[in-house]
Amino acid sequence: MIGKESTAGRATKFTFLGLWLLFTVFPLYWITITSLKAPGDIFAFPIAYWPEHFSLENYSGLFGKADFGVYLTNSLIIATVAAAIATVISMLSAYVLARFEFRTKSALLMAALVTQMIPTFIALGPLYLLMTDLKMVDNRLGLILVYIAVCIPFCTVMLRGFFENIPDALEEAAMIDGLSRFGALFKVLLPVMRPGIVAAFIFNFVNCWNELFLSVTLMNSDSNKTVPTALNGFISSFNIDWGSMSAAAVLTILPTMVLFAFASRHIVQGLTAGAVKG
Amino acid sequence: MPTASETTEPTGTQRTTAAGASGNGGARPVRKVRQGRRKPEFTARRGFMIALFMAPAAVFVAVFTYYPMIAGSQMAFRNWKLTDLTDTSWIGLKNFQDVFADPAWSTVLGNTGIWVVGSIVPQLVIGFALALWLRRRFRFRGLYQALIFFPWAISGFLIGILFRWMFNSEFGVVNDLLQKAGLIDEPVAWLADPKTAMFAVVVANVWYGVTFFTIMILAALQSIPEELYEASALDGAGKVRTLFQITIPYIRVTLVLTVLLRVIWIFNFPDLIFGMTGGGPNNETHIVTTWMIKITQQGDYGRASALGLIVVATLLVFATFFLLATREKREVKP
Repeated sequence: MIGKESTAGRATKFTFLGLWLLFTVFPLYWITITSLKAPGDIFAFPIAYWPEHFSLENYSGLFGKADFGVYLTNSLIIATVAAAIATVISMLSAYVLARFEFRTKSALLMAALVTQMIPTFIALGPLYLLMTDLKMVDNRLGLILVYIAVCIPFCTVMLRGFFENIPDALEEAAMIDGLSRFGALFKVLLPVMRPGIVAAFIFNFVNCWNELFLSVTLMNSDSNKTVPTALNGFISSFNIDWGSMSAAAVLTILPTMVLFAFASRHIVQGLTAGAVKG
Repeated sequence: MPTASETTEPTGTQRTTAAGASGNGGARPVRKVRQGRRKPEFTARRGFMIALFMAPAAVFVAVFTYYPMIAGSQMAFRNWKLTDLTDTSWIGLKNFQDVFADPAWSTVLGNTGIWVVGSIVPQLVIGFALALWLRRRFRFRGLYQALIFFPWAISGFLIGILFRWMFNSEFGVVNDLLQKAGLIDEPVAWLADPKTAMFAVVVANVWYGVTFFTIMILAALQSIPEELYEASALDGAGKVRTLFQITIPYIRVTLVLTVLLRVIWIFNFPDLIFGMTGGGPNNETHIVTTWMIKITQQGDYGRASALGLIVVATLLVFATFFLLATREKREVKP
């Protein structure tokens, strides 16, 4: 199988790989092309696969008619802060789960898994009431707190995988050299873990950036909306304006794609290290 | 730029270390790494440290995830309607009876089956095939893997939007391409007919989900010692026999766990359908979790919560049976 490969085998392989790549990339190509057509050309026959005239009208409309800049800023702030704090907190819990044996450990891991099984919507009502009591409805800090909690379980499992791949000997040597456990963690382990930490942060960021239902529930006023909430508004308020929608979609996807391109290698590593071990 | 998998090419004999150091999702070896952990010394200081490090995570998840979930779960047994909050009394299993008595319930269940099985089978098959094809190094393999990984950066909701636009009956590119290829004569109103609409949402989900299988299986494939293949080749085993007698048994753990994880996620993944059809036309493309959204929007939190508990119970039962059914085989040494 990994030995010799026939010419026919190679041809089949690259044909299928090519087709799959085409299938994967096409929707992204299509939404981008749509967004770059003049609003009238989007609904013109025959459908143009490469527009004669490129236009940025859809984009300028977004920032003119809708406050898309505000939504982007909100999403950026919320996702960055929540992802950063969640990563730091998960690092601590992942470290303990990777390095120590203790009685409640499997229960804690199970508790993390269960959060993945429960539909978000079961918690929305009580969460809204809780946030009302905390005076944090329609408040960016409130959404940040909720997102941190959403990110922690999977991020912990992912980072735990990274920690387990670093030999104990590394910190032990550092501790023999006189560093405390904290010192060993921050001065020796973290530098080695940097790719994993970056991957975890990006994974968290993308999850927060993309989150829809919690944000729709907790953010009411226009000045506090995040990007997904705004996109959702495009659907309900006017039977989908595909020009604005496609431009907004591209602006939403672009940052996360850049981040993923940057870190895909480490995210893959994190997923395969953490998730499979569960 | 070496990809994750390039760095994980183990040389068989050092399976344990290779798998441990590279974090691939291989079979048993990964678990063995933990045996070497230091013995637990139950000192107060150690306990204090564990508690200290776990505390922030535990507090956040307890307050913002577990508390609302538990509070939400008890609504399933109460009359909890947004329209009338004066009477939130306990009503036993009434909400569950209402769920099952709803004429739409059988459609919702059927759709959930189509959604889960229809998505997971192609995802597994295509994901497996891609992983086999990506095993051997070739130029631009790293780039290829990064490119097919892109769908993962997009939210389920937006994926729904992208495919909603492509499957648009009038201006959709899918109809245009199919007509150009001569496969259809008339434009198809994909999202207006429940049958084609279910097909379309499954296509979108397959588009999104294949990569996860690919990366998981690829990582596992790379933990298979080369000698096994050499021995198999000496025995004169063909490709198919090698696949079923060596490859699949060896990566069984990864396969089982990946399928389990994906089933849980797909079951719990209303976002895509929510963005693509919104459950329409006529509520005929709802799955259990989008149905739950609809019931929530109607303000019947009690019944929505009952639906949520049904999801959790189903997944727990499924996970248990799935792991039991595959356990014996997992113990077989490859």
